[in-house]
Amino acid sequence: MSNPQQLRYSKEHEWLSGAEDGVSTVGITEHAANALGDIVFVQLPEVGDTITAGETCGELESTKSVSDLYSPVTGEVTETNQDVVDDPSLVNSAPFEGGWLFKVRVSEEPKDLLTAAEYTEFSGS
Amino acid sequence: MSNTPRKTALDALHRSLGATMTDFAGWDMPLRYGSERDEHVAVRTRAGLFDLSHMGEITVTGPQAVDLLDYALVGNMSTIGPGRARYTMICQEDGGIVDDLIVYRLGDTEADLPKYMVVANAGNAQIVLDAITERAAGFDAEVRDDRDAYALIAVQGPESPGILKSLTDADLDGLKYYAGLPGTVAGVPALIARTGYTGEDGFELFVAPEHAEKLWQALTDAGAPVGLIPAGLSCRDTLRLEAGMPLYGHELTTALTPFDAGLGRVVKFEKAGDFVGREALQAAAERAETAPPRKLVGLVAEGRRVPRAGFSVVAGGEVIGEVTSGAPSPTLGKPIAMAYVDAAHAAPGTKGVGVDIRGTHEPYEVVALPFYKRQK
Repeated sequence: MSNPQQLRYSKEHEWLSGAEDGVSTVGITEHAANALGDIVFVQLPEVGDTITAGETCGELESTKSVSDLYSPVTGEVTETNQDVVDDPSLVNSAPFEGGWLFKVRVSEEPKDLLTAAEYTEFSGS
Repeated sequence: MSNTPRKTALDALHRSLGATMTDFAGWDMPLRYGSERDEHVAVRTRAGLFDLSHMGEITVTGPQAVDLLDYALVGNMSTIGPGRARYTMICQEDGGIVDDLIVYRLGDTEADLPKYMVVANAGNAQIVLDAITERAAGFDAEVRDDRDAYALIAVQGPESPGILKSLTDADLDGLKYYAGLPGTVAGVPALIARTGYTGEDGFELFVAPEHAEKLWQALTDAGAPVGLIPAGLSCRDTLRLEAGMPLYGHELTTALTPFDAGLGRVVKFEKAGDFVGREALQAAAERAETAPPRKLVGLVAEGRRVPRAGFSVVAGGEVIGEVTSGAPSPTLGKPIAMAYVDAAHAAPGTKGVGVDIRGTHEPYEVVALPFYKRQK
């Protein structure tokens, strides 16, 4: 698998797109989706919620386990992906595309987000 | 014992198939090859191929083999006909469940020398072996550890009879559920058993480890045209859960008797002679009859959050039970669970029951087990 060059990554395996009009898209990486197995339930933050970098903002449930969803940045949620709420398997089939989770107006970004190359080395895939 | 997980004879094959491996009861086993939901659906609708070589085989032979088993186990082993198998349990003196087992009577006729194969769960195989060996004192019988003598490959699902028929001359039509016969499959000598742990028709093939790869490959080739795919332990767990089958360490533990687990029918008091646990089990049977403590029930979620083992079952703000197994059910499309709940709340349709999922009481419907029964 390859991690898209244009994204940045957190060590909790979330990806963050470049900002358009100050709004970035967030999802989980293919590495994380593969590690979780079939995802059957996603709980996302609500539009308007303020979320904080490194803190939990939702959960992802797979056949075997439940995992917290961490926000890679601090900001306000502007949109959530209703498609993945209705069909969580999108996170497995298209983690970097149709399986995106939410959009956030970024107010603060941690300094330690990884590049694609750094994340590939960090995650080993 | 070393801490490095043991590898089955099919290890290299699993890796070449890209399996996600997991440490299970000291064995490095395939958890899934791709999507565990796809594997589950394949077994329900077509066929799945499993490596179950971690299961523990113990062979019991000798003139008093059956007397030993009748003493060591709770079932009536003397009524197993040649070539048949029986689901049973081994209990402690206090009635607690040591393990659940399948006992196969090998040999074709009553005249054959008594030979039984006891199959234990991987995590309990040593304990079961030790217990049967200890209980064999005074019996003219030999107890042999045959864990390394067999690889175990299961083909499960509605297409499995057709797939197997294309590879063997053995009389599969005459092979009933819970029966086994020696035969040759794809040129490999095998004990062919019509057993499984999925709720579907299927076969378990006990073969010498050096033949495992050849058999796996032949089954893969024969099954591919009808949609057989390799299937891992993850879907085996959701398949058995839908079928309402208990799993040791979840529904069955040394703290419970077979009667507590709703499986008192496996205990045969009428058999001749004493058996380990008889007295305690008699008391447990009476307790279950008059003042049942908790009962094992099915729970079906109204929402989509998944109950997990250890979660509390609640009603009216009180804890009334505990989840023993839970998973999203691919067949029902909803999360399901097995749980022990207080008898007062155990009737199917009982209102107001929920599961505490990380602080939120999610509503659940109490149902009778199993969740899924195949159409025959």
